[in-house]
Amino acid sequence: MLGNTSGDNSTKPVRPLEPTRRRFLDYLLGTSAFATLGAILYPIFKFMQPPRIIESAENSVVAAKLSEIPVNSGKIFKFGNKPGILVHTDAGEFKALSAVCTHLECIVQYRPETKQIWCACHNGQYNVSGKNVGGPPPRPLEEFKVNLRGDDVVVTRS
Amino acid sequence: MRIQSLVEWFDARLSISTLAAIARKKEVPLHRHSIWYYFGGMTLFLFVVQVVTGILLLLYYRPSSEGAFESVQFIITEVKFGWLIRSIHSWSANLMIATLFIHMFSVFFLRGYYPPREITWVSGVFLLFIVICFGFSGYLLPWNKLAFFATKVGTEIAGVVPVVGRPILRFLRGGDDVTGATLTRFFGFHVAVLPATATVFLGIHVLLVQMHGMSVPPNLLGQPIKKMKFVPNFLLRDLIGWILAIGVLAALAALFPWELGEKADAFASAPEGIKPEWYFLFMFQTLKLLPAKILGFDGEVIGIMAFNIVAMLLFIVPFVDRSDNRRRRLIFNVLGVLALLYIVVLTIVGYVT
Repeated sequence: MLGNTSGDNSTKPVRPLEPTRRRFLDYLLGTSAFATLGAILYPIFKFMQPPRIIESAENSVVAAKLSEIPVNSGKIFKFGNKPGILVHTDAGEFKALSAVCTHLECIVQYRPETKQIWCACHNGQYNVSGKNVGGPPPRPLEEFKVNLRGDDVVVTRS
Repeated sequence: MRIQSLVEWFDARLSISTLAAIARKKEVPLHRHSIWYYFGGMTLFLFVVQVVTGILLLLYYRPSSEGAFESVQFIITEVKFGWLIRSIHSWSANLMIATLFIHMFSVFFLRGYYPPREITWVSGVFLLFIVICFGFSGYLLPWNKLAFFATKVGTEIAGVVPVVGRPILRFLRGGDDVTGATLTRFFGFHVAVLPATATVFLGIHVLLVQMHGMSVPPNLLGQPIKKMKFVPNFLLRDLIGWILAIGVLAALAALFPWELGEKADAFASAPEGIKPEWYFLFMFQTLKLLPAKILGFDGEVIGIMAFNIVAMLLFIVPFVDRSDNRRRRLIFNVLGVLALLYIVVLTIVGYVT
């Protein structure tokens, strides 16, 4: 119907526009099918991504009491939602570091025999300042500031 | 008379006689490598044991960080035969992975993937990875210390992969850390997603084996080979193996009950001597031995990418090794032996150190 422009009696095929209409309908059908599929899949895909939980902006925490951490020992403490490690070194100094191994995220521990921080998972070793000194860890542990406030050992994000 | 007409009624609707004819036609070739034909069926049997014991455990298990450890404790201390069902589930999982590895390596060395069996091999590799995912997700469910760190490390390994790693890690963990959200997800994978996927691939795999029949190793072709009826002769032999397997599982469960360990704690150091399950041990040992930096990249990234590439190569084995070319066959044999040696040696090293 649309295609029969008057005056045009040349050698064109008899039904030149029918394939075009078919193609147009196919296009409509195809895009709407695609859009429908997208409208179904997008929420599913987004649903599978866990929402970001805002980390508690904890900047300072009482990691331990002086009495519970003798010389040459370590203690895991909670720093926000991550573990930290407090070390009372042989020299009497306090060191506070992230306890999350930089290799594959296991939680490290202090070894009094070697005076090192050690990760049991893949034998990673750090010195008491958090520097990676042996095994697979690629980076040092993040260091925090330590202050003594009376009997409390206070750790602050630097 | 009555039964006869009942059989006919069903036959008219379900074509049982056709299926019975197919079963009667199935034959198993007899030669010096026939022993390896048992391992596929054995893996399937142990999978069925997993399904049955898994459903039983679901009657008591609670998938939350507050209740999971306690519910498994309840199963093994209070529920009648709970210790048995739980231990069989763990032991059978391990034996299934062992028989699956034997099945895969035997098919590899006997060239069971030669045309037209390429897709059978590919579906089998999918099943291998599905089973490993079963093992990894199931390991976390008791929510003990070992499982907690295994999951931390395992998901971190996924996170190390460039570009897609981080989103995959968050998807697996249900957040940035391993928490109760991770347990909920892993439970869902373990009891819904993986069983559904496994059923599909298992269906394809077993159907293709029926379609193509048992593969005869290429170096035995051309010789006269005796055959055995699958129904009932070979099936009865399979059955003996399965009964033995039940005996072995019961003995293992009774003599070496699977330990529960200590409850997971997100603020405790990784315990000394921590090791993954034996089938991850060779990769674990590799990660332990790799230096911190290789050519400027983090050592673990290189190691993990290498394992990923090898895993992908498994899929294309039948498309690369197609010819009857003697040299290529030799190369594949050497590669297979090297891979096997690598796995065995590093697993042993992982155990003793």
